Amino acid sequence: MSGLGVWNYVIIIFLMMIGLYMVMSSSNLVKKLIGLNVFQTSVFFLYISFGYIEGATGPVMQEGASLYSNPLPHVLILTAIVVGVATTAVGLALSVRIKESFGTIEEDELHTMDSSL
Amino acid sequence: MILEQLIDIFLLVFLAIISIAVLRIRDLFTAVMLFGIYSLTSASLFMVLDAADVGFTEAAVGAGISTILMLATISMTGREEKPLKKKGTMLPLAIVVITGATLVYGIMDLPPFGEPDNPVHTHVAPRYIEQSPQEIDVPNFVTAVLASYRGYDTLGEVVVIFTAGVGVMLLIGRRRKRKEGISNE
Repeated sequence: MSGLGVWNYVIIIFLMMIGLYMVMSSSNLVKKLIGLNVFQTSVFFLYISFGYIEGATGPVMQEGASLYSNPLPHVLILTAIVVGVATTAVGLALSVRIKESFGTIEEDELHTMDSSL
Repeated sequence: MILEQLIDIFLLVFLAIISIAVLRIRDLFTAVMLFGIYSLTSASLFMVLDAADVGFTEAAVGAGISTILMLATISMTGREEKPLKKKGTMLPLAIVVITGATLVYGIMDLPPFGEPDNPVHTHVAPRYIEQSPQEIDVPNFVTAVLASYRGYDTLGEVVVIFTAGVGVMLLIGRRRKRKEGISNE
């Protein structure tokens, strides 16, 4: 694989790794969830890039069009976006509950509280 | 057609810059707003890659609902993040670099970007495109696949959203009752 196409995938992997780094290195739970979302979106880009065909039209039937981009990744990612928001909502609700019970959503403070109990 | 790929790369670079900004910024309010910009830019990237339905959903659900949920959360949990400790950042960095290098090595074997005879386009997708006008009679193939061929997927999605809704209600809804109970006692 060569040309511009390879950069498409390289930058997608870069985004993925930024999301992973954000999840691992941030101590704030909301920031971790943002990192999870960045990771998730980069997986969506990967799938949509697989479905893309150069010079094709979008997957809606048209007069005179013979080449359509692949509709299957689009369907899978539509489902994944909505499910992703649902899981993010659960994560954010969990961090609100943690804030109420412990008074903080910083992970290292939670760890010290947990070990001092 | 080279222009489409150039716009694609440009938007991806833009997304990379935004995500680095989100990573570095300590103020959570700014981070959440930048993440809203990230979602909107990704919606336009989906449009460039011919995925209009995905672009609409990302703009409405990703940029809209996620941002509002995160803003509501930081209004309750505080908007400042503690600065990173120097000691804890080396191990994640090493893991990320190794994983990234492995993945970049892996993508070298992928079929070329945007070729019509890639393996992904040869299996079920031609059948969806050729048969769905007769079988489903919906001009949008994505809708035809989503609602009919893979209808069980969508049913599963609805189940997941229902479960998540119940989970959020159990997590946050019960708190109010308990507080009211305490004030009544």
